Amino acid sequence: MDTLLLRVGGWLAIVFFAFIAMVLAADTGFAVHMAIIAMAAGITLWVTINKADYAAIGRGILKAPADPGIYDDDPIRWGVIATIFWGIAGMAVGLIIALQLAFPVLNLNNEFTTFGRLRPLHTSAVIFAFGGNALIATSYYVVQRTCRARLAFPGLARFVFWGYQLFIVLAATGYLMGVTQSKEYAEPEWYVDLWLTIVWLCYAAVFIGTVVRRSEPHIYVANWFYLSFILTIAMLHVVNGLSMPVSLLGSKSYAAFAGVQDALTQWWYGHNAVGFFLTAGFLAMMYYFVPKQAERPVYSYRLSIIHFWSLIFLYIWAGPHHLHYTALPDWAQTLGMVFSVVLWMPSWGGMINGLMTLNGAWDKIRTDPIIRMMVLALAFYGMSTFEGPMMSIKAVNSLSHYTDWTVGHVHSGALGWNGMITFACLYYLVPRLWGKERLYSLRMVNWHFWLSTLGIVLYAASMWVAGIMQGLMWREYGDDGYLVYAFSEVVSAMLPMYLIRAAGGLLYLAGALVLVYNVWMTIAGKQREEKPMTETPHNEDLDKPIVGKPAIAPAE
Amino acid sequence: MIYEELRHFADSYGLLFLALIFLSFIGWTFRPGSREKHEEAANMIFEEDQDDG
Repeated sequence: MDTLLLRVGGWLAIVFFAFIAMVLAADTGFAVHMAIIAMAAGITLWVTINKADYAAIGRGILKAPADPGIYDDDPIRWGVIATIFWGIAGMAVGLIIALQLAFPVLNLNNEFTTFGRLRPLHTSAVIFAFGGNALIATSYYVVQRTCRARLAFPGLARFVFWGYQLFIVLAATGYLMGVTQSKEYAEPEWYVDLWLTIVWLCYAAVFIGTVVRRSEPHIYVANWFYLSFILTIAMLHVVNGLSMPVSLLGSKSYAAFAGVQDALTQWWYGHNAVGFFLTAGFLAMMYYFVPKQAERPVYSYRLSIIHFWSLIFLYIWAGPHHLHYTALPDWAQTLGMVFSVVLWMPSWGGMINGLMTLNGAWDKIRTDPIIRMMVLALAFYGMSTFEGPMMSIKAVNSLSHYTDWTVGHVHSGALGWNGMITFACLYYLVPRLWGKERLYSLRMVNWHFWLSTLGIVLYAASMWVAGIMQGLMWREYGDDGYLVYAFSEVVSAMLPMYLIRAAGGLLYLAGALVLVYNVWMTIAGKQREEKPMTETPHNEDLDKPIVGKPAIAPAE
Repeated sequence: MIYEELRHFADSYGLLFLALIFLSFIGWTFRPGSREKHEEAANMIFEEDQDDG
């Protein structure tokens, strides 16, 4: 009773202080955020004092099987749903902003719906909401299975899930209201950053606690990748987020660094967000789910360890390649370039390791669309980790930087590698987490595969053309020494490419909607009657001994 | 001055230190008997008593 009183009192205090902060807020954005926090704390308070068993109600809504007491899978199920929800939201906003670039009228002449506000909403939604929820959910799944231990601190694991969703809501609403510290991929302001730090440290505690409690002596390599992702993101987030708020009840803050130091800190963060969030974390998924789906061990466990340490030692130095030809000292730019080029090797080592896991089972690409998605993901991992080092070379970067080539590169990595490996993992997880024999439809997975693949091809190809065209037009000098093209001419030349890109995005979103339907029906317990993906032919007529002759002369 | 000192430390002892730990981590995977251990670790995710549900 005393602990209940303490908890209720605590939540009530948060509601109270958030309300006070809302009333005294220095700006509207901060007031809205405090109102959201007060509401979130109020809901938690209600759930705490209410006698209803909300865990059971939640299980009923999600049609989740009862807890068999082996592994703690509830937060993983919520994570799967959240991943899909934010994925659709983020991709839909991506499609909208792609269309805004082609048709500026879609900015709606309204501050809340302009490209500048929606673009961080898109990037954060797909990277941190879709990708982040996928990483948290799969890490909970993998760490339990590979450590043969139930999640340490189950209450904290649930707090991490809901706390992370609150972070997403605060970040997303902040972008729409123009609350931003203007650092790419680190837009949330100081108080949201502090909240994420708390949630992230709890996440680290749950993960490390489970590893410590393991009953398996060896820590499987996927957990190394997850752990490096969790620890490095904590470090990057804290250092890049260092700032001084203008007032304690206002959203505005100023970064602790200035000038080129600030730029380098930002891209040290930015590039390692790619390296440790979108690469190490998703490689952890790859190193567990690809072998499981292929039903054979990873091609070379030694290579996976070499892959791990090479990424850890190299990635952290590659950030300066985002600042070529800026005020950053030339030696630092060259350092960033060299490390980026060297990174190509371990990246391809990892790709080969993943692909060769299928050695001897290549036929699965024909018969298993989930394996096909994983192979495509690995292929795009290879392609974008080749393209990236190439673009980091100064001579190439002088053409590609600030153009849509960069956008195309990012999307071949994000849609091809992160998106496809996540979808494959979701298809792997859903039947297992909901205790179903199989997915609703494998053929729909195949549809999803081809819609996405075609979408990525349209996206990447149009952005290559757009980017190189843009770069060449910007640097075109006439005989008189003046630039040949006005900026507006470059913009209008992009229209066809922007339309093709939007079409690619539409196809990719359509593929994700097929996933929603498939997952929905699987959870509902339905199975689609469909022709299997492969059939071994059987000829009844030939299945008999040859008449009139003894089948085989008996040995004498 | 502090910048110069840090920079000299970074591109001499710091570099050497990181290179040495990196090489020893890589070298460790080639130690005798590692093949069996790696084999075992790679197959650990398929063991029978592992509940997937």
